[in-house]
Amino acid sequence: MSIALQAEHLNKSFYEPSEFRVLQDISFSVERGEFVPVIGKSGCGKSTLLYLLSTMDTAYSGQIRINEELVTGRSQNELAAFRNRYIGFVFQFHFLLPEFTALENVMLPALKLGLLSRPEIELRAMEKLAQLQMDPFARHLSGKLSGGQQQRVAIARALINDPMIIMADEPTGNLDSGNTELVFNIFSQLARQKNIAVLTVTHDLDFAHQADRVIEMKDGRIV
Amino acid sequence: MAVDLLIARRHLAANKKQTLVAVLGVTFGIAMFILMISFMTGVNAFMETTMLSLTPDIHIYNDIKTDYRASVAAAYYQNRDLLIVVRHPKPKKVRVNLKNAENIVADLKKNPLVAGVSPMVSSQVFYNYGPVQINGYIEGVDILAESAMFDLKGKMVAGQPRNLLSTGKGIIMGSGLATKLNLSMGDMVTLATPDATSMRFRVVGIFRIGVGAVDDVRSYVTLASGQQLLGKDRSYMTDISLQLKDKSRSGSLAAEFAKRYGDKADDWESANSSVSASNLVRDVLTCVVSITLLVVAGFGIYNIMNMTIKNKLKDIAILKAQGFAGKDIMGIFLTQSVFIGLLGALSGLLLGYLLSLALSRVPFPKNDYVALDFFPVNFSPAHYIFGLAFGLVTPFIAGLLPSLKASKIDPVIILRG
Repeated sequence: MSIALQAEHLNKSFYEPSEFRVLQDISFSVERGEFVPVIGKSGCGKSTLLYLLSTMDTAYSGQIRINEELVTGRSQNELAAFRNRYIGFVFQFHFLLPEFTALENVMLPALKLGLLSRPEIELRAMEKLAQLQMDPFARHLSGKLSGGQQQRVAIARALINDPMIIMADEPTGNLDSGNTELVFNIFSQLARQKNIAVLTVTHDLDFAHQADRVIEMKDGRIV
Repeated sequence: MAVDLLIARRHLAANKKQTLVAVLGVTFGIAMFILMISFMTGVNAFMETTMLSLTPDIHIYNDIKTDYRASVAAAYYQNRDLLIVVRHPKPKKVRVNLKNAENIVADLKKNPLVAGVSPMVSSQVFYNYGPVQINGYIEGVDILAESAMFDLKGKMVAGQPRNLLSTGKGIIMGSGLATKLNLSMGDMVTLATPDATSMRFRVVGIFRIGVGAVDDVRSYVTLASGQQLLGKDRSYMTDISLQLKDKSRSGSLAAEFAKRYGDKADDWESANSSVSASNLVRDVLTCVVSITLLVVAGFGIYNIMNMTIKNKLKDIAILKAQGFAGKDIMGIFLTQSVFIGLLGALSGLLLGYLLSLALSRVPFPKNDYVALDFFPVNFSPAHYIFGLAFGLVTPFIAGLLPSLKASKIDPVIILRG
């Protein structure tokens, strides 16, 4: 197995309202095929860590390697292209684009990547939706779907470019237990079957403990 | 990029009402701009053609001098140490004709820069018809040269300019004057000069230039008749009208002719400086109002784009998280802005054209001073091209700032809530 993500000596401070060191010398790595929940109390810095790893937040010290490529210090445009290609995101509030159908939401990142033609992308998007049993809703406007359905569409969207790593910020935060279980099952399945690294921040300890490995954080450090 | 366009299109389609309002802002701005500039340039063009139909490119005449400093007494007492004061000097008979006019005309006709020369003798006269006496002017002209220069042929209400040549003592009269005197074609009218000579003429034509100040006072007779009426010889001429091949050189040529012939020479611009000034005022007014209209439309777009972006913060964050770069986000919103501008500009041009067309069909209130049947409107493609260009550039600039702001949005702040 190869290393999907490696963090070395990450430090980050907030300066507003007063100086506060939110991450303190964090080093760890995640391998491909691993499903790793990050747990910890509110304010321990787990979300902050996730956004550093996602390359969206670049104000930190230390080094991050994804797929054995150094991403620290790259320009915003390079990072955007990198995210598009290698990272899939799932957020707490689904965050689908309401003007688009479920299918189109899934297609957008692939259209942006521009490797395949539109019909090919549509076909792939339908496959991904089918994996998550969302294919009957493909043509529905995403705003008209239920929370659980939206989250599954969001996961399909995260998978469309066959990413190396999926990052999720409390993906089950406002789902009921049935949907929560479904989402976790999907994640662990993805990790095992598709050899994708899944890193997810969660409050849900029951499910977190079913995973191979759990990263627990406290006061900006890994315990 | 295709995806960016797709997203821009969806955003516009999803907020149809808002898009429509923004488009209408540009539509009205451009339409009013077109209407305004078409009307104003129409008025300017009308004023200019009227002015040119009255004024030659260069007018050479003998300016009456009222400088009596050179007196006989001074010449008589010269070389003596005296201060000479002459009270109430009385002017001798003033010469109003051009000295050596025939040679000047011959010389001007050889000048390659001059397209037409029309010598004339002009004088104040009284028009007498029965008991009616009206003060006016008579111009004795070479009617063919005069007609070629001012297109008299196109301004005849009755008769033809060349009728003057076929009738012994013919007169072509301004329409206002003819109406006041109750004269019609074939009637005889008596003209009396300030020097108390008089002569009878037969009306062989009536013209209407469209300016009351001319139509109410002016008549044409032949050069010879004019000279005869004033009791002068065939070399007596008071004015020479010139038409140039290149009108724009009238200023410098007028100065040159004045120097060469020793007479006063006015170019058409300085002779009509009041018309030029009012044209300038209209141009400035048009400019100011047009720019205001377009800038207001621009601010409308700026507002709506700002609002759209505020509503779409989450979408922008999510697109960025999925790998859309700042320039993609900018493209998405700039496209929307330019689309609004394009649609607004096109519909504005159409509306502006229709309004201008409607205005050009509105009858102009009848009056004595200008001959206008309808409001003067100028349909120039240049205005439409300018309107389209402005309709594209303004939204681009108005959309630039909000789009730039959108491209710089930090997704982390929004996604974390």
